[in-house]
Amino acid sequence: MIEVRGLSKSFGAKQVLDGLDLSLTKGESLVVIGGSGTGKSVLLRCILGLETPDRGEILWNGRPLSEQRAAFMDGFGMLFQNAALFDSLPIWRNVAFRLLRKTGKAQARAIALEKLARVGLGPEVADLFPAELSGGMRKRAGLARAIAADPKVIFFDEPTTGLDPIRAAAINALIRSIVDETGASAITITHDMTSVRSIGDRVALLDRGRVRWQGDVSQMDHAQDEYLQDFIAGHARPNHSHPEA
Amino acid sequence: MNPVRLTGRVGIGLARMTGRVAIFAARGLSRVTAHPSELARQMLHIGWLSLPVVGLTALFTGAALALQIHSGGERFQASDVVPAIVAIGMARELGPVLGGLMVAARVASAIAAELGTMRVTEQIDALETLSTDPMGWLVAPRLWAAILCLPLLVGVGDIIGIMGGWLIGVNALGFNSSTYLSNSWAYLEQWDVVSGIIKGAFFGFVVAMSGCWFGMTAGNGAAGVGRATTNAVVAASVGILAANFLLTGLFF
Repeated sequence: MIEVRGLSKSFGAKQVLDGLDLSLTKGESLVVIGGSGTGKSVLLRCILGLETPDRGEILWNGRPLSEQRAAFMDGFGMLFQNAALFDSLPIWRNVAFRLLRKTGKAQARAIALEKLARVGLGPEVADLFPAELSGGMRKRAGLARAIAADPKVIFFDEPTTGLDPIRAAAINALIRSIVDETGASAITITHDMTSVRSIGDRVALLDRGRVRWQGDVSQMDHAQDEYLQDFIAGHARPNHSHPEA
Repeated sequence: MNPVRLTGRVGIGLARMTGRVAIFAARGLSRVTAHPSELARQMLHIGWLSLPVVGLTALFTGAALALQIHSGGERFQASDVVPAIVAIGMARELGPVLGGLMVAARVASAIAAELGTMRVTEQIDALETLSTDPMGWLVAPRLWAAILCLPLLVGVGDIIGIMGGWLIGVNALGFNSSTYLSNSWAYLEQWDVVSGIIKGAFFGFVVAMSGCWFGMTAGNGAAGVGRATTNAVVAASVGILAANFLLTGLFF
């Protein structure tokens, strides 16, 4: 469905992505892990067209994504790290933002309330503003916005950052059930190994701008890659040194 | 560094920046009808809510101007010119410039802070993922709201400023009320008022453009938003004074 080939991106002298290859098949939940600064967010931003890669190509259904960006975005949803809800709009308008361009206000609000209910938020939050919600509620509202238009592709950027373990587990379970229900393809970026196990079908470990290891979540614990095992176990490395793949 | 090379590098940098700002402005202005409801909301924020500060500024400026002209005019027995000078001064210069500067302080900072915060909290990226062009949703309504509202604010400020002069003239300087008002209108030409209103439209563009540009290009974190806000107010204020000089030279 999405295929990234030889993607490279640098900022000044810093090479963030260095010929990265990655694919996402239909209905698959891929989790991308890796240390800070390994290019996970830049990868997503390149796919979304928010950054222009220096080299490489991104295909969607076999054709360059850049040629069908509008169609891709129409079937796309994203949960941002800090939800990125629009401060000036009430929650229901945030959720119904895309819908309001296509349907009437009453119908858009009804769908927004339905999506809010799907993520465990009651109608009483619909008219509140983002600043009036807790971090966990904002994430849920962001999730409701991401799924409001029944997307075919969903990206989750650090979905559990800043949440306590119980709320993080609830968000993980919610994401997994939404991916299963909708059949959407999903890419999740995270450092949280609990999220990896809860959300992912497949894992890709990024290191120095490339995919260092990838495989099914079930294979992850038995992989021979030393860096992956350190990442899973949370072992510190002196001077952040990485063993060669 | 070689001075020629340095000059060339600075020149290229300036040309590049000018080009980026010009493209940004053109993209913002070209999306005028994209979101009428946002345009209305911004007109409320930029125009209606600026009325108190612009009105008070004009009132005190008109009053102070009347006192100054009366005091200065007495030196050569010309204190009778107070109504005409207050009216011409407010319409041509002080109404648009001081109104513009007050709106710059209030609006450019607010726009830069709001858009800068949206930038660093990924709200602008979120707009793009929702198939919404940030230039159409955020920039165009602010640019056009300021361009449309500033002339109106200048017009209202002119009237309030003249009223400020009239209040002082009648209550403190011994002018007859109807004589003051008739003298105000007698020497005021249509172009005095129209030129000030045209200046207001340009100043509105300068104010909103400064806020939008620095907000949309804000750096990371709270410090980035703070810098964007400061830069927006400074650029808008200096831009208004520079534009005023150029327009005054062009008009008169």
